[in-house]
Amino acid sequence: MKIKVNGKTVETQGGTLAALLDELGFSGKKIATAVNEEFVPATKRETHQLADGDRVEIVAPRQGG
Amino acid sequence: MPVFYGTEIASRMMLGTAQYPSPAILANAFRRSGAGVATVSVRREAGGERAGQDFWALIKQLKVAVLPNTAGCHSVREAVTTAHMARELFDTPWIKLEVIGHTDSLQPDPFGLVEAARILCEDGFQVFPYCTEDLILCERLLNAGCKVLMPWGAPIGTGLGLNNIYGLRSLRANYPDVPLVIDAGLGLPSQAAQAMEMGFDAVLLNTAVAKAGDPVVMAEAFARAVEAGAMARKADPMEPRDMAAPSTPILGKPLL
Repeated sequence: MKIKVNGKTVETQGGTLAALLDELGFSGKKIATAVNEEFVPATKRETHQLADGDRVEIVAPRQGG
Repeated sequence: MPVFYGTEIASRMMLGTAQYPSPAILANAFRRSGAGVATVSVRREAGGERAGQDFWALIKQLKVAVLPNTAGCHSVREAVTTAHMARELFDTPWIKLEVIGHTDSLQPDPFGLVEAARILCEDGFQVFPYCTEDLILCERLLNAGCKVLMPWGAPIGTGLGLNNIYGLRSLRANYPDVPLVIDAGLGLPSQAAQAMEMGFDAVLLNTAVAKAGDPVVMAEAFARAVEAGAMARKADPMEPRDMAAPSTPILGKPLL
């Protein structure tokens, strides 16, 4: 299925948000996530099933004013 | 020293972390200024990227309180989701809430700001709203649960200083017990000193330091100005008057 990750289309087997993060190389990194504009806490990533067309946002700490 | 949601900060200067020429200069600017709070943001990161992780390692070394922002958010939903991501990422209930209403001036959207503030305060966030000096807006933000207000001096990144002295003075007078931080628009240390002389609790700046020719020296210049202004406020300045009053005694002046 196809999902959007940070605005880019990604082809994935499907499964959970945690599996996607692992597949994309985010394991152990300090990140936060949202799916379809809703925050998904780290504790819910293992159970959050992704669906075709989902929009996933993955963010990390950055400079800010 | 200012107390934000029960946490006392050792400095009246709060500093942003964006736009510095290098990470080393950023770190030195913090050290030289003694700033007690660093603002940060959340942004997209790719799987193989290290930027966010490296930045976080740098910020942790500074040993300052971290205030994440919702910069660039134009809607309530965007700001609320960003705040949730920031709370988890930085492990803090503090959030500098920005809901921008106007692209050119980056003026806050007062209606969206109050709505987002209410949602976040009810959810346990400790909200630092980036607002204007409008008294009614500030009252609504306090009613929504905010215990700190951060009125702008001037639009973000302009360096114009305190644009509405009357409005800011009124705000200070109306809310003598609410911590008030001048956030945005400062360009010179003298403007920061002025804010302190007017009784504001702290200033938050970024561009004025980061975009100076020598950010580290400018950071210290701001720190000294903030300290001088705060000392002057405490020392109870004289009242200005229209007519001259000689400072040298008239008595004993020789008749020549």
